[in-house]
Amino acid sequence: MHQLWTWVFEPGFFSSAPVRVAAVTGGVAAVVSAVTGVFTVMRGQSFGGHALGDVSAAGGSGALLVGLNPLLGFVGLGIIGAGVMDTIGVRRVRGRDLATGIVLGAAIGLSALFLYLTSVSGATTGAPAQILFGSIFTITSATIPAVVILSVIAVASIAAVWRPLLLSSVSPDLAAARGVPVRLVGLLYMLALAVSVGLSSLAVGAILSTALLIGPAATALRLTRTVGWALAVACLLGAGATWLGILLAYDSYYWSAAHQGLPVSFFIVAVIFAGYLFSGFPAARAAAGRRDAAVPPPASPAHEKIAA
Amino acid sequence: MGLAEASATLPDVLQVGGVSVALGGRKILDDVSFTIGAGEFTGLIGPNGAGKTTLLRVILGLQRATAGTVAVLGQPRSRRNPSIGYVPQKVLLDSDLPMRARDLVALGMDGHRFGMPLPSRQRSEAVREMLHAVDADRFADARVGNLSGGEQQRVLIAHALISRPRLLLLDEPLANLDLRSGQEIISLLARIATSQHVAVLLSAHEMNPLLPVMDRVVYLAAGRAASGPADQVIQADVLSKLYGHHVDVLHVHGRVLVVAGTEDGEGADLTADHALEAG
Repeated sequence: MHQLWTWVFEPGFFSSAPVRVAAVTGGVAAVVSAVTGVFTVMRGQSFGGHALGDVSAAGGSGALLVGLNPLLGFVGLGIIGAGVMDTIGVRRVRGRDLATGIVLGAAIGLSALFLYLTSVSGATTGAPAQILFGSIFTITSATIPAVVILSVIAVASIAAVWRPLLLSSVSPDLAAARGVPVRLVGLLYMLALAVSVGLSSLAVGAILSTALLIGPAATALRLTRTVGWALAVACLLGAGATWLGILLAYDSYYWSAAHQGLPVSFFIVAVIFAGYLFSGFPAARAAAGRRDAAVPPPASPAHEKIAA
Repeated sequence: MGLAEASATLPDVLQVGGVSVALGGRKILDDVSFTIGAGEFTGLIGPNGAGKTTLLRVILGLQRATAGTVAVLGQPRSRRNPSIGYVPQKVLLDSDLPMRARDLVALGMDGHRFGMPLPSRQRSEAVREMLHAVDADRFADARVGNLSGGEQQRVLIAHALISRPRLLLLDEPLANLDLRSGQEIISLLARIATSQHVAVLLSAHEMNPLLPVMDRVVYLAAGRAASGPADQVIQADVLSKLYGHHVDVLHVHGRVLVVAGTEDGEGADLTADHALEAG
Protein backbone atom coordinates (compact mmCIF):
# COMPACT_ATOMS: atom_id res chain seq x y z
CA MET A 1 0.00 0.00 0.00
CA HIS A 2 2.76 2.37 1.00
CA GLN A 3 4.61 1.35 -2.15
CA LEU A 4 1.64 2.25 -4.32
CA TRP A 5 1.36 5.57 -2.52
CA THR A 6 4.98 6.48 -3.15
CA TRP A 7 4.65 5.24 -6.72
CA VAL A 8 1.78 7.63 -7.34
CA PHE A 9 3.18 10.49 -5.29
CA GLU A 10 6.94 10.52 -5.74
CA PRO A 11 8.94 11.58 -2.65
CA GLY A 12 8.77 15.21 -1.69
CA PHE A 13 5.57 16.00 -3.64
CA PHE A 14 3.58 17.32 -0.70
CA SER A 15 6.45 19.11 1.02
CA SER A 16 7.64 20.89 -2.13
CA ALA A 17 6.96 24.62 -1.95
CA PRO A 18 6.83 25.08 -5.76
CA VAL A 19 4.28 22.27 -5.96
CA ARG A 20 2.10 23.88 -3.32
CA VAL A 21 2.20 27.30 -4.97
CA ALA A 22 1.52 25.68 -8.34
CA ALA A 23 -1.43 23.74 -6.93
CA VAL A 24 -3.00 26.89 -5.47
CA THR A 25 -2.48 29.20 -8.46
CA GLY A 26 -3.25 26.45 -10.97
CA GLY A 27 -6.39 25.40 -9.11
CA VAL A 28 -7.66 28.97 -8.81
CA ALA A 29 -6.91 29.72 -12.46
CA ALA A 30 -8.67 26.52 -13.50
CA VAL A 31 -11.80 27.36 -11.52
CA VAL A 32 -12.03 30.91 -12.90
CA SER A 33 -11.41 29.65 -16.42
CA ALA A 34 -14.13 27.02 -16.01
CA VAL A 35 -16.67 29.62 -14.88
CA THR A 36 -16.00 32.01 -17.75
CA GLY A 37 -15.41 29.09 -20.12
CA VAL A 38 -18.96 27.78 -19.75
CA PHE A 39 -20.24 31.12 -21.07
CA THR A 40 -17.52 31.27 -23.73
CA VAL A 41 -18.67 27.94 -25.13
CA MET A 42 -22.36 28.87 -24.87
CA ARG A 43 -21.72 32.14 -26.70
CA GLY A 44 -19.53 30.46 -29.31
CA GLN A 45 -16.59 32.73 -28.54
CA SER A 46 -13.79 30.18 -28.21
CA PHE A 47 -11.86 31.89 -30.97
CA GLY A 48 -12.22 35.22 -29.15
CA GLY A 49 -10.92 33.54 -25.98
CA HIS A 50 -7.93 32.32 -27.91
CA ALA A 51 -7.25 35.78 -29.31
CA LEU A 52 -7.23 37.12 -25.76
CA GLY A 53 -4.64 34.46 -24.96
CA ASP A 54 -2.42 35.88 -27.68
CA VAL A 55 -2.99 39.38 -26.32
CA SER A 56 -1.94 38.06 -22.92
CA ALA A 57 1.21 36.67 -24.50
CA ALA A 58 2.09 40.13 -25.79
CA GLY A 59 1.36 41.62 -22.36
CA GLY A 60 3.36 38.97 -20.51
CA SER A 61 6.38 39.26 -22.76
CA GLY A 62 6.21 43.04 -22.58
CA ALA A 63 6.12 42.91 -18.80
CA LEU A 64 9.09 40.56 -18.77
CA LEU A 65 11.01 42.90 -21.04
CA VAL A 66 10.61 45.88 -18.71
CA GLY A 67 11.06 43.78 -15.59
CA LEU A 68 7.48 43.63 -14.32
CA ASN A 69 5.58 40.62 -13.02
CA PRO A 70 4.24 38.78 -16.10
CA LEU A 71 0.79 38.44 -14.44
CA LEU A 72 0.45 42.23 -14.59
CA GLY A 73 1.14 42.15 -18.32
CA PHE A 74 -1.10 39.14 -18.96
CA VAL A 75 -4.12 40.73 -17.31
CA GLY A 76 -3.41 44.36 -18.14
CA LEU A 77 -3.03 43.99 -21.88
CA GLY A 78 -5.78 41.33 -21.92
CA ILE A 79 -8.27 43.86 -20.54
CA ILE A 80 -7.22 46.42 -23.16
CA GLY A 81 -7.52 43.75 -25.85
CA ALA A 82 -11.02 42.84 -24.65
CA GLY A 83 -12.03 46.49 -24.88
CA VAL A 84 -10.64 46.79 -28.39
CA MET A 85 -12.42 43.61 -29.52
CA ASP A 86 -15.69 44.90 -28.07
CA THR A 87 -15.25 48.21 -29.88
CA ILE A 88 -14.56 46.53 -33.22
CA GLY A 89 -17.65 44.45 -32.66
CA VAL A 90 -17.66 41.08 -30.94
CA ARG A 91 -21.44 41.15 -30.81
CA ARG A 92 -22.19 40.35 -34.42
CA VAL A 93 -20.79 37.09 -35.70
CA ARG A 94 -19.04 38.63 -38.70
CA GLY A 95 -17.74 41.57 -36.71
CA ARG A 96 -16.58 39.14 -34.06
CA ASP A 97 -14.63 37.08 -36.54
CA LEU A 98 -13.03 40.23 -37.85
CA ALA A 99 -12.24 41.68 -34.41
CA THR A 100 -10.71 38.40 -33.33
CA GLY A 101 -8.53 38.05 -36.38
CA ILE A 102 -7.24 41.61 -36.29
CA VAL A 103 -6.49 41.65 -32.57
CA LEU A 104 -4.93 38.19 -32.67
CA GLY A 105 -2.57 39.10 -35.49
CA ALA A 106 -1.45 42.34 -33.87
CA ALA A 107 -0.90 40.58 -30.54
CA ILE A 108 1.27 37.82 -31.96
CA GLY A 109 3.34 40.43 -33.77
CA LEU A 110 3.90 42.32 -30.53
CA SER A 111 4.83 39.09 -28.74
CA ALA A 112 7.40 38.34 -31.42
CA LEU A 113 8.94 41.78 -30.92
CA PHE A 114 8.97 41.69 -27.12
CA LEU A 115 10.29 38.15 -26.89
CA TYR A 116 13.05 38.95 -29.41
CA LEU A 117 14.11 42.03 -27.44
CA THR A 118 14.04 40.05 -24.20
CA SER A 119 16.22 37.28 -25.60
CA VAL A 120 18.65 39.81 -27.12
CA SER A 121 19.01 41.62 -23.81
CA GLY A 122 19.85 38.25 -22.32
CA ALA A 123 18.07 39.09 -19.07
CA THR A 124 15.96 35.97 -18.97
CA THR A 125 16.66 32.67 -20.64
CA GLY A 126 13.69 30.63 -21.71
CA ALA A 127 11.38 33.64 -21.74
CA PRO A 128 9.45 32.56 -24.85
CA ALA A 129 8.68 29.14 -23.38
CA GLN A 130 7.70 30.66 -20.03
CA ILE A 131 5.28 33.17 -21.57
CA LEU A 132 3.81 31.04 -24.32
CA PHE A 133 3.71 27.63 -22.63
CA GLY A 134 3.83 28.46 -18.95
CA SER A 135 6.12 27.48 -16.12
CA ILE A 136 3.86 26.96 -13.15
CA PHE A 137 6.66 25.65 -10.89
CA THR A 138 8.52 28.96 -11.09
CA ILE A 139 5.63 31.02 -9.65
CA THR A 140 6.52 32.46 -6.26
CA SER A 141 4.13 32.52 -3.32
CA ALA A 142 4.24 36.34 -3.43
CA THR A 143 2.02 36.14 -6.52
CA ILE A 144 -0.78 34.26 -4.74
CA PRO A 145 -2.60 37.30 -3.27
CA ALA A 146 -2.80 38.95 -6.70
CA VAL A 147 -4.07 35.71 -8.21
CA VAL A 148 -6.78 35.38 -5.57
CA ILE A 149 -7.90 39.02 -5.84
CA LEU A 150 -8.14 38.84 -9.64
CA SER A 151 -10.10 35.58 -9.41
CA VAL A 152 -12.59 37.07 -6.99
CA ILE A 153 -13.07 40.07 -9.30
CA ALA A 154 -13.65 37.87 -12.35
CA VAL A 155 -16.06 35.46 -10.65
CA ALA A 156 -17.92 38.27 -8.90
CA SER A 157 -18.40 40.07 -12.24
CA ILE A 158 -19.91 36.95 -13.78
CA ALA A 159 -22.14 36.40 -10.75
CA ALA A 160 -23.30 40.02 -10.82
CA VAL A 161 -24.64 39.76 -14.37
CA TRP A 162 -25.53 36.07 -14.16
CA ARG A 163 -29.12 36.19 -15.42
CA PRO A 164 -28.75 38.91 -18.08
CA LEU A 165 -25.57 37.21 -19.31
CA LEU A 166 -27.32 33.85 -19.48
CA LEU A 167 -30.29 35.29 -21.35
CA SER A 168 -28.18 37.24 -23.82
CA SER A 169 -26.03 34.16 -24.39
CA VAL A 170 -29.17 32.18 -25.29
CA SER A 171 -30.52 34.91 -27.56
CA PRO A 172 -29.48 38.58 -27.73
CA ASP A 173 -32.94 39.36 -29.17
CA LEU A 174 -34.78 37.87 -26.20
CA ALA A 175 -32.48 39.70 -23.81
CA ALA A 176 -32.80 43.05 -25.58
CA ALA A 177 -36.60 42.74 -25.56
CA ARG A 178 -36.46 42.22 -21.78
CA GLY A 179 -34.52 45.46 -21.47
CA VAL A 180 -31.16 43.82 -20.80
CA PRO A 181 -28.28 46.16 -21.72
CA VAL A 182 -26.86 43.44 -23.97
CA ARG A 183 -23.78 45.41 -24.98
CA LEU A 184 -22.82 46.36 -21.43
CA VAL A 185 -23.31 42.81 -20.17
CA GLY A 186 -21.22 41.52 -23.06
CA LEU A 187 -18.43 43.96 -22.28
CA LEU A 188 -18.40 42.96 -18.61
CA TYR A 189 -18.19 39.33 -19.65
CA MET A 190 -15.29 40.12 -22.01
CA LEU A 191 -13.42 41.82 -19.15
CA ALA A 192 -13.96 38.82 -16.87
CA LEU A 193 -12.76 36.64 -19.73
CA ALA A 194 -9.62 38.73 -20.09
CA VAL A 195 -8.83 38.34 -16.39
CA SER A 196 -9.40 34.59 -16.47
CA VAL A 197 -7.26 34.19 -19.59
CA GLY A 198 -4.53 36.19 -17.86
CA LEU A 199 -4.67 33.86 -14.86
CA SER A 200 -4.53 30.72 -16.96
CA SER A 201 -1.68 32.25 -18.99
CA LEU A 202 0.23 32.31 -15.74
CA ALA A 203 -0.64 28.68 -15.06
CA VAL A 204 -0.32 26.96 -18.44
CA GLY A 205 1.04 29.70 -20.70
CA ALA A 206 -0.70 32.22 -22.90
CA ILE A 207 -1.02 29.96 -25.93
CA LEU A 208 -2.40 27.05 -23.91
CA SER A 209 -4.82 29.17 -21.88
CA THR A 210 -7.49 28.31 -24.46
CA ALA A 211 -7.29 24.67 -23.41
CA LEU A 212 -8.04 25.50 -19.78
CA LEU A 213 -10.82 27.87 -20.84
CA ILE A 214 -12.63 25.67 -23.36
CA GLY A 215 -11.77 22.06 -22.50
CA PRO A 216 -13.39 21.62 -19.07
CA ALA A 217 -16.38 23.78 -20.05
CA ALA A 218 -17.03 21.93 -23.31
CA THR A 219 -16.75 18.60 -21.51
CA ALA A 220 -19.15 19.74 -18.79
CA LEU A 221 -21.70 20.96 -21.34
CA ARG A 222 -21.71 17.48 -22.85
CA LEU A 223 -22.49 15.88 -19.53
CA THR A 224 -25.00 18.19 -17.83
CA ARG A 225 -28.42 19.68 -18.45
CA THR A 226 -28.32 22.89 -16.42
CA VAL A 227 -25.89 25.76 -16.26
CA GLY A 228 -25.38 25.29 -12.51
CA TRP A 229 -24.29 21.69 -12.94
CA ALA A 230 -22.20 22.56 -15.99
CA LEU A 231 -20.34 25.11 -13.87
CA ALA A 232 -19.76 22.69 -11.01
CA VAL A 233 -18.54 19.92 -13.31
CA ALA A 234 -16.34 22.30 -15.31
CA CYS A 235 -14.69 23.60 -12.12
CA LEU A 236 -14.05 20.07 -10.87
CA LEU A 237 -12.67 18.95 -14.22
CA GLY A 238 -10.47 22.02 -14.61
CA ALA A 239 -9.01 21.88 -11.11
CA GLY A 240 -8.72 18.08 -11.27
CA ALA A 241 -6.89 18.17 -14.60
CA THR A 242 -4.56 20.89 -13.32
CA TRP A 243 -3.67 19.00 -10.17
CA LEU A 244 -3.28 15.71 -11.99
CA GLY A 245 -1.06 17.44 -14.54
CA ILE A 246 1.09 18.91 -11.78
CA LEU A 247 1.43 15.46 -10.18
CA LEU A 248 2.34 13.77 -13.47
CA ALA A 249 4.89 16.46 -14.29
CA TYR A 250 6.42 16.13 -10.83
CA ASP A 251 6.56 12.36 -11.16
CA SER A 252 7.97 12.53 -14.69
CA TYR A 253 11.23 13.68 -13.15
CA TYR A 254 11.66 10.14 -11.84
CA TRP A 255 10.52 8.34 -15.00
CA SER A 256 13.79 8.63 -16.89
CA ALA A 257 17.23 7.80 -15.59
CA ALA A 258 18.43 11.21 -16.70
CA HIS A 259 15.89 12.84 -14.35
CA GLN A 260 14.50 15.07 -17.04
CA GLY A 261 11.10 16.38 -15.94
CA LEU A 262 8.49 17.03 -18.64
CA PRO A 263 6.48 20.28 -18.90
CA VAL A 264 3.45 20.65 -16.62
CA SER A 265 1.43 22.44 -19.27
CA PHE A 266 1.65 19.44 -21.54
CA PHE A 267 0.24 17.13 -18.88
CA ILE A 268 -2.58 19.50 -17.90
CA VAL A 269 -3.68 19.94 -21.48
CA ALA A 270 -3.33 16.21 -22.18
CA VAL A 271 -5.59 15.35 -19.22
CA ILE A 272 -8.17 17.93 -20.35
CA PHE A 273 -8.14 16.58 -23.87
CA ALA A 274 -8.50 12.99 -22.69
CA GLY A 275 -11.42 14.03 -20.51
CA TYR A 276 -13.14 15.65 -23.47
CA LEU A 277 -12.66 12.51 -25.57
CA PHE A 278 -14.02 10.22 -22.87
CA SER A 279 -17.04 12.46 -22.30
CA GLY A 280 -17.92 11.78 -25.94
CA PHE A 281 -18.98 8.22 -25.11
CA PRO A 282 -21.95 9.04 -22.86
CA ALA A 283 -22.80 12.02 -25.07
CA ALA A 284 -22.78 9.87 -28.20
CA ARG A 285 -24.96 7.25 -26.51
CA ALA A 286 -27.42 9.94 -25.46
CA ALA A 287 -27.47 11.25 -29.03
CA ALA A 288 -28.11 7.74 -30.35
CA GLY A 289 -30.96 7.40 -27.87
CA ARG A 290 -32.44 10.64 -29.12
CA ARG A 291 -32.23 9.45 -32.71
CA ASP A 292 -34.06 6.28 -31.69
CA ALA A 293 -36.77 8.45 -30.21
CA ALA A 294 -37.02 10.04 -33.68
CA VAL A 295 -36.23 13.52 -32.51
CA PRO A 296 -33.89 14.97 -35.11
CA PRO A 297 -30.98 16.67 -33.32
CA PRO A 298 -30.62 20.14 -34.82
CA ALA A 299 -27.05 20.19 -36.08
CA SER A 300 -25.82 23.74 -35.94
CA PRO A 301 -22.23 24.67 -35.18
CA ALA A 302 -21.89 26.59 -31.95
CA HIS A 303 -20.40 29.66 -33.58
CA GLU A 304 -23.53 30.22 -35.65
CA LYS A 305 -25.76 30.46 -32.64
CA ILE A 306 -25.92 34.24 -32.43
CA ALA A 307 -26.21 34.53 -36.19
CA ALA A 308 -29.99 34.85 -36.38
CA MET B 1 -53.95 62.28 -30.84
CA GLY B 2 -57.27 60.70 -30.00
CA LEU B 3 -56.32 60.65 -26.31
CA ALA B 4 -59.62 62.22 -25.28
CA GLU B 5 -61.76 59.43 -26.64
CA ALA B 6 -59.31 56.75 -25.46
CA SER B 7 -59.50 57.95 -21.87
CA ALA B 8 -63.26 57.52 -21.91
CA THR B 9 -62.89 53.74 -21.96
CA LEU B 10 -60.00 51.37 -21.30
CA PRO B 11 -56.94 52.54 -23.22
CA ASP B 12 -56.01 50.47 -26.22
CA VAL B 13 -53.20 48.03 -25.52
CA LEU B 14 -51.26 49.35 -28.47
CA GLN B 15 -51.54 52.52 -30.52
CA VAL B 16 -49.26 52.90 -33.50
CA GLY B 17 -49.57 56.35 -35.03
CA GLY B 18 -47.99 57.36 -38.32
CA VAL B 19 -44.82 55.32 -37.82
CA SER B 20 -42.23 55.65 -40.57
CA VAL B 21 -38.80 54.07 -40.65
CA ALA B 22 -36.09 54.83 -43.16
CA LEU B 23 -32.87 52.82 -43.19
CA GLY B 24 -30.03 53.96 -45.38
CA GLY B 25 -32.30 56.21 -47.41
CA ARG B 26 -34.75 53.38 -48.10
CA LYS B 27 -38.26 53.64 -46.67
CA ILE B 28 -39.01 50.44 -44.76
CA LEU B 29 -42.23 51.65 -43.13
CA ASP B 30 -44.36 54.50 -44.45
CA ASP B 31 -46.92 56.15 -42.17
CA VAL B 32 -48.17 52.97 -40.47
CA SER B 33 -51.10 53.44 -38.05
CA PHE B 34 -53.29 50.94 -36.22
CA THR B 35 -54.57 50.11 -32.75
CA ILE B 36 -54.99 46.87 -30.85
CA GLY B 37 -57.58 46.48 -28.11
CA ALA B 38 -57.26 44.37 -24.97
CA GLY B 39 -57.28 40.64 -25.60
CA GLU B 40 -57.51 41.01 -29.37
CA PHE B 41 -55.85 38.56 -31.74
CA THR B 42 -54.24 40.49 -34.59
CA GLY B 43 -52.41 39.05 -37.57
CA LEU B 44 -49.59 41.14 -39.04
CA ILE B 45 -49.71 39.84 -42.57
CA GLY B 46 -47.53 40.64 -45.52
CA PRO B 47 -45.07 39.18 -47.99
CA ASN B 48 -41.41 38.72 -47.03
CA GLY B 49 -39.59 42.03 -46.86
CA ALA B 50 -42.75 44.06 -46.25
CA GLY B 51 -41.36 45.44 -42.98
CA LYS B 52 -43.07 43.14 -40.46
CA THR B 53 -39.98 42.53 -38.32
CA THR B 54 -39.03 46.21 -38.41
CA LEU B 55 -42.53 47.17 -37.22
CA LEU B 56 -42.34 44.70 -34.33
CA ARG B 57 -38.91 46.03 -33.37
CA VAL B 58 -40.23 49.59 -33.37
CA ILE B 59 -43.05 48.53 -31.05
CA LEU B 60 -40.49 46.83 -28.78
CA GLY B 61 -38.27 49.91 -28.74
CA LEU B 62 -35.36 48.06 -30.37
CA GLN B 63 -35.62 50.16 -33.52
CA ARG B 64 -36.01 53.92 -33.62
CA ALA B 65 -38.81 55.27 -35.81
CA THR B 66 -38.03 58.18 -38.12
CA ALA B 67 -41.50 59.55 -37.45
CA GLY B 68 -44.65 58.63 -35.57
CA THR B 69 -45.60 57.46 -32.09
CA VAL B 70 -46.08 54.16 -30.30
CA ALA B 71 -48.15 54.05 -27.12
CA VAL B 72 -48.54 50.97 -24.94
CA LEU B 73 -51.56 50.99 -22.60
CA GLY B 74 -51.94 54.71 -23.31
CA GLN B 75 -48.38 55.50 -22.20
CA PRO B 76 -45.49 56.40 -24.50
CA ARG B 77 -43.42 53.26 -24.90
CA SER B 78 -40.45 52.98 -22.54
CA ARG B 79 -37.20 51.10 -23.14
CA ARG B 80 -38.04 48.05 -21.07
CA ASN B 81 -41.73 47.52 -21.03
CA PRO B 82 -42.96 44.63 -18.90
CA SER B 83 -46.35 44.96 -20.60
CA ILE B 84 -44.92 43.48 -23.80
CA GLY B 85 -43.85 39.87 -24.27
CA TYR B 86 -41.82 38.96 -27.33
CA VAL B 87 -41.03 35.80 -29.27
CA PRO B 88 -38.35 36.67 -31.84
CA GLN B 89 -38.00 35.08 -35.22
CA LYS B 90 -35.75 32.03 -35.40
CA VAL B 91 -34.23 31.69 -31.95
CA LEU B 92 -31.49 29.14 -32.58
CA LEU B 93 -31.21 26.93 -29.52
CA ASP B 94 -28.14 24.72 -29.70
CA SER B 95 -28.46 21.14 -28.60
CA ASP B 96 -25.50 21.61 -26.24
CA LEU B 97 -27.11 24.57 -24.49
CA PRO B 98 -27.18 23.53 -20.81
CA MET B 99 -30.70 24.69 -20.21
CA ARG B 100 -33.97 22.89 -19.58
CA ALA B 101 -37.28 24.20 -20.81
CA ARG B 102 -38.13 25.30 -17.26
CA ASP B 103 -34.86 27.25 -16.94
CA LEU B 104 -35.57 29.25 -20.09
CA VAL B 105 -39.10 30.02 -18.91
CA ALA B 106 -37.75 31.16 -15.53
CA LEU B 107 -35.45 33.62 -17.31
CA GLY B 108 -38.58 35.20 -18.78
CA MET B 109 -39.54 36.21 -15.25
CA ASP B 110 -36.28 37.72 -14.01
CA GLY B 111 -33.70 37.48 -16.81
CA HIS B 112 -33.19 41.24 -16.75
CA ARG B 113 -32.33 41.32 -13.04
CA PHE B 114 -28.76 41.40 -11.88
CA GLY B 115 -27.24 38.78 -9.64
CA MET B 116 -28.02 35.09 -9.35
CA PRO B 117 -31.52 33.76 -8.67
CA LEU B 118 -32.24 32.32 -5.25
CA PRO B 119 -34.11 29.06 -5.26
CA SER B 120 -37.70 29.99 -4.57
CA ARG B 121 -40.79 27.84 -4.34
CA GLN B 122 -42.89 30.69 -5.68
CA ARG B 123 -40.63 31.06 -8.71
CA SER B 124 -40.64 27.37 -9.61
CA GLU B 125 -44.39 27.17 -9.04
CA ALA B 126 -45.00 30.07 -11.44
CA VAL B 127 -42.78 28.35 -14.01
CA ARG B 128 -44.66 25.07 -13.58
CA GLU B 129 -48.00 26.81 -14.05
CA MET B 130 -46.84 28.58 -17.19
CA LEU B 131 -45.42 25.39 -18.69
CA HIS B 132 -48.76 23.75 -18.02
CA ALA B 133 -50.62 26.63 -19.70
CA VAL B 134 -48.73 26.03 -22.95
CA ASP B 135 -48.95 22.20 -22.70
CA ALA B 136 -45.23 21.87 -22.13
CA ASP B 137 -45.30 19.81 -18.90
CA ARG B 138 -44.08 16.73 -20.80
CA PHE B 139 -40.75 18.23 -21.77
CA ALA B 140 -40.22 20.66 -18.89
CA ASP B 141 -36.95 18.93 -17.95
CA ALA B 142 -35.64 18.30 -21.46
CA ARG B 143 -32.81 20.37 -22.90
CA VAL B 144 -34.39 23.13 -24.99
CA GLY B 145 -31.96 22.45 -27.84
CA ASN B 146 -33.26 18.89 -28.20
CA LEU B 147 -36.92 19.90 -28.53
CA SER B 148 -38.76 20.03 -31.85
CA GLY B 149 -39.57 23.36 -33.47
CA GLY B 150 -43.15 23.35 -32.18
CA GLU B 151 -42.06 22.41 -28.68
CA GLN B 152 -39.47 25.20 -28.68
CA GLN B 153 -42.16 27.67 -29.74
CA ARG B 154 -44.26 26.65 -26.75
CA VAL B 155 -41.32 27.18 -24.41
CA LEU B 156 -40.56 30.58 -25.95
CA ILE B 157 -44.23 31.57 -25.63
CA ALA B 158 -44.16 30.55 -21.97
CA HIS B 159 -40.93 32.56 -21.57
CA ALA B 160 -42.69 35.62 -23.03
CA LEU B 161 -45.90 35.17 -21.05
CA ILE B 162 -44.55 34.53 -17.57
CA SER B 163 -43.99 38.23 -16.89
CA ARG B 164 -47.76 38.63 -17.41
CA PRO B 165 -47.63 41.04 -20.38
CA ARG B 166 -50.79 42.66 -21.81
CA LEU B 167 -49.45 42.37 -25.34
CA LEU B 168 -47.64 39.41 -26.88
CA LEU B 169 -45.61 39.98 -30.06
CA LEU B 170 -44.60 36.97 -32.14
CA ASP B 171 -42.36 37.29 -35.20
CA GLU B 172 -43.13 34.58 -37.78
CA PRO B 173 -43.73 31.87 -35.18
CA LEU B 174 -45.16 29.58 -37.85
CA ALA B 175 -42.20 29.70 -40.27
CA ASN B 176 -40.25 26.42 -39.98
CA LEU B 177 -43.21 24.60 -38.40
CA ASP B 178 -45.10 21.81 -40.12
CA LEU B 179 -48.82 22.43 -40.71
CA ARG B 180 -50.05 20.50 -37.69
CA SER B 181 -47.61 22.08 -35.21
CA GLY B 182 -48.52 25.46 -36.68
CA GLN B 183 -52.22 24.82 -36.12
CA GLU B 184 -51.51 23.75 -32.54
CA ILE B 185 -49.56 26.93 -31.84
CA ILE B 186 -52.35 29.07 -33.31
CA SER B 187 -55.09 27.47 -31.25
CA LEU B 188 -52.87 27.70 -28.17
CA LEU B 189 -52.37 31.42 -28.76
CA ALA B 190 -56.08 31.99 -29.40
CA ARG B 191 -56.87 30.20 -26.14
CA ILE B 192 -54.29 32.23 -24.22
CA ALA B 193 -55.50 35.53 -25.69
CA THR B 194 -58.96 34.78 -24.27
CA SER B 195 -58.11 33.07 -20.99
CA GLN B 196 -55.26 35.34 -19.92
CA HIS B 197 -56.64 38.46 -21.59
CA VAL B 198 -53.46 39.06 -23.55
CA ALA B 199 -53.57 40.84 -26.88
CA VAL B 200 -51.65 38.92 -29.53
CA LEU B 201 -49.88 40.48 -32.50
CA LEU B 202 -48.49 37.73 -34.69
CA SER B 203 -46.60 38.25 -37.94
CA ALA B 204 -46.95 35.76 -40.77
CA HIS B 205 -46.62 35.72 -44.53
CA GLU B 206 -49.40 33.14 -44.79
CA MET B 207 -52.79 34.30 -43.48
CA ASN B 208 -55.04 31.32 -44.09
CA PRO B 209 -54.30 29.36 -40.89
CA LEU B 210 -55.01 32.55 -38.93
CA LEU B 211 -58.35 33.46 -40.54
CA PRO B 212 -60.50 31.53 -38.03
CA VAL B 213 -58.91 33.18 -34.97
CA MET B 214 -57.99 36.70 -36.11
CA ASP B 215 -60.06 39.55 -34.67
CA ARG B 216 -58.37 41.91 -37.05
CA VAL B 217 -55.59 42.03 -39.56
CA VAL B 218 -52.82 44.52 -40.18
CA TYR B 219 -51.80 43.98 -43.78
CA LEU B 220 -48.36 45.29 -44.65
CA ALA B 221 -47.13 45.69 -48.22
CA ALA B 222 -44.38 47.91 -49.57
CA GLY B 223 -44.06 49.53 -46.12
CA ARG B 224 -47.70 50.68 -46.05
CA ALA B 225 -50.39 49.19 -43.83
CA ALA B 226 -54.14 48.67 -43.86
CA SER B 227 -55.90 47.42 -40.76
CA GLY B 228 -59.34 46.27 -39.73
CA PRO B 229 -61.44 43.11 -39.72
CA ALA B 230 -60.03 40.58 -42.16
CA ASP B 231 -63.03 40.61 -44.54
CA GLN B 232 -62.75 44.38 -44.91
CA VAL B 233 -58.97 44.53 -45.41
CA ILE B 234 -58.44 41.52 -47.64
CA GLN B 235 -60.15 43.18 -50.60
CA ALA B 236 -58.77 43.69 -54.07
CA ASP B 237 -59.13 47.48 -53.98
CA VAL B 238 -57.59 47.90 -50.51
CA LEU B 239 -54.62 45.67 -51.21
CA SER B 240 -54.07 47.05 -54.72
CA LYS B 241 -53.64 50.48 -53.13
CA LEU B 242 -51.09 49.10 -50.68
CA TYR B 243 -49.07 47.21 -53.23
CA GLY B 244 -49.25 50.12 -55.64
CA HIS B 245 -50.34 47.84 -58.45
CA HIS B 246 -53.37 45.72 -59.20
CA VAL B 247 -53.84 42.56 -57.17
CA ASP B 248 -56.74 40.12 -57.09
CA VAL B 249 -58.13 38.43 -54.02
CA LEU B 250 -59.33 34.95 -54.85
CA HIS B 251 -61.36 32.59 -52.71
CA VAL B 252 -60.48 29.00 -53.51
CA HIS B 253 -61.86 26.11 -51.45
CA GLY B 254 -62.28 28.34 -48.41
CA ARG B 255 -58.80 29.77 -48.78
CA VAL B 256 -57.93 33.34 -49.55
CA LEU B 257 -55.26 34.00 -52.13
CA VAL B 258 -53.69 37.33 -52.95
CA VAL B 259 -52.60 37.25 -56.56
CA ALA B 260 -50.89 39.93 -58.61
CA GLY B 261 -52.99 40.20 -61.75
CA THR B 262 -51.90 41.97 -64.89
CA GLU B 263 -54.15 44.63 -66.42
CA ASP B 264 -54.74 42.75 -69.64
CA GLY B 265 -55.47 39.51 -67.85
CA GLU B 266 -52.50 37.76 -69.44
CA GLY B 267 -52.29 35.52 -66.45
CA ALA B 268 -51.52 35.78 -62.77
CA ASP B 269 -48.27 36.17 -60.91
CA LEU B 270 -48.11 34.70 -57.45
CA THR B 271 -46.81 37.50 -55.26
CA ALA B 272 -47.15 36.12 -51.80
CA ASP B 273 -46.09 32.76 -50.50
CA HIS B 274 -49.61 31.91 -49.42
CA ALA B 275 -50.70 31.74 -53.01
CA LEU B 276 -48.69 28.54 -53.25
CA GLU B 277 -50.99 26.89 -50.74
CA ALA B 278 -53.79 26.63 -53.28
CA GLY B 279 -53.46 22.94 -54.18
